[in-house]
Amino acid sequence: MVMGQLNQETELAIIGGGPGGYVAALRAADLGLEVTLIEEREELGGVCLTEGCIPSKTLINAVELITSAREAGAMGLSFGSIEVDREKLLAWSQKVVTTLTGGVNSLVKKRGIEVIHGRARFADNRTLAIEGAGTVEFSRAIIATGSRINELPPAYEKPVWSSAEALLLPEIPGSLLVVGGGYIGLEMGLVYAGLGSAVTMVDFNPRLLSGADFDLVEVMVKRVTDRFEAILTDSKVTGVEYGDGEFRVEIEREGETRTQTFDRVLVAIGRRPNTDDLGLENTAIEVDAGGRIPVSEELRTAEENIWAIGDVAPGPMLAHKASREGKVAAEVIAGHASAFDNRAIPAVVFTDPEIAWSGLTEREAEERGIEVAIGRFPLRALGRARTMGRTEGLVKIVAEPGSGLVLGVGMVGPHASELIAEGTLAIEMGATLEDLMVTIHPHPTLSEAVMEAAEVTAGQPIHIPPATKT
Amino acid sequence: MVYEFKLPDLGEGIREGEILKWHVAEGEAIAEDAPLVEVETDKAAVTIPSPAAGTVVRLAGAVGDIINVGDVVAVIGDGAGAPAAAAEPEAAAEAGPEVEAEIAEAAAPVPEKETPVPEPAVDAPAVVPVAGPVPAAPATRRLARELEVDINAVQGTGPGGRVTPEDVRAFAEGLVPAAGAFEIPESGEQRAEIEMAATAASAIPFLDIEPLPDFGQWGEIEEEDLRSIRRKVAHKMVTSMILVPHVAHMDEADVTLLEEFRAREKARRGPDEPKLTLLPFVMKAVAAGLKATPSFNASLDPFREKIVYKKYYNIGIAVDTGRGLIVPVVRKVDCKSISQITADLNDVADRARANELTIEDLRGGTFTITNVGPLGGTALIPTINYPEVAILGMGRAQEKPVVRDGEIVIRTILPLTLAFDHRVADGADAARFVTEMIRHLSDPSLLLLEA
Repeated sequence: MVMGQLNQETELAIIGGGPGGYVAALRAADLGLEVTLIEEREELGGVCLTEGCIPSKTLINAVELITSAREAGAMGLSFGSIEVDREKLLAWSQKVVTTLTGGVNSLVKKRGIEVIHGRARFADNRTLAIEGAGTVEFSRAIIATGSRINELPPAYEKPVWSSAEALLLPEIPGSLLVVGGGYIGLEMGLVYAGLGSAVTMVDFNPRLLSGADFDLVEVMVKRVTDRFEAILTDSKVTGVEYGDGEFRVEIEREGETRTQTFDRVLVAIGRRPNTDDLGLENTAIEVDAGGRIPVSEELRTAEENIWAIGDVAPGPMLAHKASREGKVAAEVIAGHASAFDNRAIPAVVFTDPEIAWSGLTEREAEERGIEVAIGRFPLRALGRARTMGRTEGLVKIVAEPGSGLVLGVGMVGPHASELIAEGTLAIEMGATLEDLMVTIHPHPTLSEAVMEAAEVTAGQPIHIPPATKT
Repeated sequence: MVYEFKLPDLGEGIREGEILKWHVAEGEAIAEDAPLVEVETDKAAVTIPSPAAGTVVRLAGAVGDIINVGDVVAVIGDGAGAPAAAAEPEAAAEAGPEVEAEIAEAAAPVPEKETPVPEPAVDAPAVVPVAGPVPAAPATRRLARELEVDINAVQGTGPGGRVTPEDVRAFAEGLVPAAGAFEIPESGEQRAEIEMAATAASAIPFLDIEPLPDFGQWGEIEEEDLRSIRRKVAHKMVTSMILVPHVAHMDEADVTLLEEFRAREKARRGPDEPKLTLLPFVMKAVAAGLKATPSFNASLDPFREKIVYKKYYNIGIAVDTGRGLIVPVVRKVDCKSISQITADLNDVADRARANELTIEDLRGGTFTITNVGPLGGTALIPTINYPEVAILGMGRAQEKPVVRDGEIVIRTILPLTLAFDHRVADGADAARFVTEMIRHLSDPSLLLLEA
């Protein structure tokens, strides 16, 4: 850094250049604020762009092609054997990442946003000390420092992979143990299984993806079970030994412990917010038990001139939630009447097939004792799904009885990650089943499943036999 | 341990009451089932007993305060715990409407910093609140925020109760009142009121409900909160007058023979026996009239588009209590003797004036009589006690010169006005009903056949 920049002043300092922070910076600059964006990494984009959503989806897409090519045999197509060039695949993935981070850099630059690289800590509620780059005095600040992979307990201090390392494709191991059956573990497990590793999944919970509705997870598990060496639920890793280039892992299940050998171990056991090394103790901000910063609907913290967004604020740790919060915080700071009052935050799991849900889930309705009407439309009754040879999956709608207000949408199937957007819009708009039913959906597409599911929920199904009693 | 006692559901769609009297003070001991507080609701005053024995840690509110169903009435401790600490959390319970706002906020997706809620696990699904926020598009919600309108207070007119931008603008301009409580009202009457309120201002041409001027500028004034019975009467009368097409049918009953009978009875009766008034005879005659013309013992349900005929004859009597007008009900008038009706009437009237009626005493009426005659007045046009179909107004019975068989004679004449709901009955029905009634009043011997 230039010596002359040792002490600077800014109207708005944003700490963290991920999908929360950089979006907040762009919006704030557009609203006429002078913005300084502070990012510890070399590139903007945060975990999402550099070691999360984007590289993982690049690899998942490649594996999907492999799967599709194999399944195309049923359509009379054969491609011979499929060779994976690990280095080229990695290069492709990294090129995608650098193209996107370059794009963010250019957007930020064109807005005249000042970017400082370095780790920022609060010296007080007006000053940030930037490691190796002096101080920044701010009128307002947004904390958007995101989260990091949960550190492994000391027993795991072996050359195990985190998801970030696994995304760099250091090798395609002969056998891989994935610890953690959440969305990251499943996505990475499927990538490596697709690339040729014999993958074993271990999860502490009785089911994989324990946060999602079981009927959705079941469809996915049925399709991918064959791709895994084993899926061990209700199980936990009780010991790991490393030597001679292999891991000897003790897995306990139903009181029985057995030892298995793996070439590699990938641990995906969640993330924690980056709030512990921020100098928050020099402000009035206190984190909660989970390390999150409590915020108001306007995303204000206990300090009236400091906002918090994204993974450091309460709620699901998702890039799209962070981006929306970034816009809200920027708008509030610019004096607009804005608030994070979103009714639904879509959750998407890029398994095969994809699982997505938004708003009220069936299980949550049950747990909270909310009376709801639920309708399911299976993709096997859909023309487009047939043409793709992908008939596994369903779309489910949770509605308020009587009014027909759409409260939740869940789905499993190809492109569920795209289709969930319509469901989320419906919830956000306060749409009713009828609104979904009378909207013309293009034929033949998967999107028709949303309309059909609305019809089933309203008791007027077209493409499935009426009154299917269970 | 402490017990937070919340105002229980008092039935009849009652959602709040005014604190009339505390039977204990903070710090005093109270036994289980001992009287705790007297609360006046829209319908009646109710004494609420303490649900537990212990020491009264805190009383929520002063005499005259309004307390909502579900709000904490009192905190009762058994002396074992730390009552002061426990009393704090429901400090907000006194706040009335603000409490609802707080509850709505607590259900919002992003918790207030004062009330952190446990955040979902890393992989947890996105959570949407269901009970709290009203359905509205994001742009509408932003509009509400810009106009500084609490969107949860706006009555949505869109499908599924969705709040539209027009709803928000109308609300901001004060054209429509708040949606009130978020729950769906139970009775047709309340539903009707709210629907009327939501649409009246915009739907009725020339209707212009403007804020009142400051009357103090022209002279001395005194203000009183519109509360309790007075407010309930206001609600009922506005609903009835706007909703129901009223028709009034007037006639006179020659009650000379009846009055002669009453005079004889009066002379015969001892000082301890109850006074025999005209009203029980009129009630008996009304029951006879209702049996002959069932339309007047009915209710029209505008939502289900049905007329509900009642096969029981429970007659409400308007009673002036000094605190306001209430209408206790005398049940099964058709099956009771004049003496029994007299006893029932005296009982409810006494209890009404002593403020001892229960809510049950005020329910289940099928027809109402208002008798202002004893206070004076030749005739009156009463307002129907909705959702009943008709009401009978009695004027003062007095001697008048009338023509009988070509000669002027003196007879005792009772002026009667039947106001009725023209949706349910027509003028001819009213004439038949009143004629049947008068036949019974003119010839008391017919009343013998009615018991």
